[in-house]
Amino acid sequence: MTTHHKAPHQSFWRMWGWPIVLGVLTTIGLITALFSDGGVGDMVAWVGLGIPVLVCAWYGWRRSPRTGSR
Amino acid sequence: MDSRKIKTWAWVHKWSSLVCTVFMLLLCITGLPLIFHHEIGHLLGTEVEAPKMPANTPRVSLDRVLEVARAQHPDRVVQFVSHPEDDDGLWFVTLTPTPAPTDDFKSVAVDARTGVILAQPKFDEGFMYVMFKLHVDLFAGLPGKLFLGFMGFLLLVAIVSGVVLYSPFMRKLDFGTVRREKRPRLKWLDLHNLLGVVTLVWLFVVGATGMINTWADLVIKYWQYDQLTTLLAPYKNEPVVAVGERGSVQRSYDAAMQHAPGNRLSFIAFPGTAFSSPHHTTFFLRGKEPFTSKLLQPVLVDAKTTEITAAPKLPWYLTALLVSQPLHFGDYGGMPMQILWALLDIATIIVLGSGLYLWLKRGNTVPARAATTAAPATERAPPSASGPQPDPAPAMKVQA
Repeated sequence: MTTHHKAPHQSFWRMWGWPIVLGVLTTIGLITALFSDGGVGDMVAWVGLGIPVLVCAWYGWRRSPRTGSR
Repeated sequence: MDSRKIKTWAWVHKWSSLVCTVFMLLLCITGLPLIFHHEIGHLLGTEVEAPKMPANTPRVSLDRVLEVARAQHPDRVVQFVSHPEDDDGLWFVTLTPTPAPTDDFKSVAVDARTGVILAQPKFDEGFMYVMFKLHVDLFAGLPGKLFLGFMGFLLLVAIVSGVVLYSPFMRKLDFGTVRREKRPRLKWLDLHNLLGVVTLVWLFVVGATGMINTWADLVIKYWQYDQLTTLLAPYKNEPVVAVGERGSVQRSYDAAMQHAPGNRLSFIAFPGTAFSSPHHTTFFLRGKEPFTSKLLQPVLVDAKTTEITAAPKLPWYLTALLVSQPLHFGDYGGMPMQILWALLDIATIIVLGSGLYLWLKRGNTVPARAATTAAPATERAPPSASGPQPDPAPAMKVQA
């Protein structure tokens, strides 16, 4: 994708930053629940999986007035 | 990535997804009630519970429990005995025509303190059973499992190829963009990409662990071949120990528990069954810590003498199987986790459905696509897809 005017490094993070953050959250959530027995570990798991679910709902449902592209 | 590479990946994504989509939709839909099978069981009143008694109430001997259960089905043999995970006040005794693996089983629930039969739950009928069988093996046994496992593999291929295709499609869009004001196909393409990339890790884990689960029967067979063969050498050529020749199961149980103190019993496999040997009663124990409770420690007790023969360490591949199971079921972090599992499952259904829709509507975009990177903001087709290629992102496949 050489036609992009931004530096490759920058555009990588622009495109993949959020997917990576959400993927890491999911991973943390999945693993902490394996080692927890109620309590804090479970809550970490709920947050870790809950945020991706909220992101799905937020972007998937909201009626955005914006064109959605820059 | 040049346009030829994108086309190749698009081809991989299209076909891996198209082949598995219908089955993945089936797995997602049947998986949804299975996430809540305990709760549904309670609601339907099919869940058996032992009546409350003081914790120190004496327990009847396991031999008595077996006697009571066998009396109900004198023509059958006992395959397994287990406690429900959260209730050691009752025993489930599973009886089958022969020790070999079969779907023809009867279950007797016996009160562990009184030896009274509490219920004879029917696990092989009803709504949940149909959901379960459709989800696990399509009512086709091991071939059905392995087929679904292969569909799971295609799902993983579809996920990986979907990730590769994400960047050419999203190159000019902000994260989370859904172009609703444009034609419906664009909206669904954006939703497909958005939900696909957000649920990516979860879906990959659930898909991969589901695929691993389909190999469980084979893995256990391999374990017997791999580890039990040497242990069983002294018993070679002896038939399955007849019920009349067996020693006390209670005594065997006590020996097993003494051998590995601090554990709880998960289940007992009787001689000749898939989880034991022809000559042993095998006790599968699990730890009390959150993590170790998911692992099993087998203790093989000679069925005749009730002496411990061996307590082989679980090999890595069985450990991997056991650890992968909660990651597939989502039943390991309380009710909020189950709800999140269900929501992610629904998101997956949308990803699957939108993928199918994009493929069915693929003809629509061809003209707009002709414009490549210089495309105006009105229709941002992936910049790479030149030529008459039908559709670069038909369906990111998914399951649960």
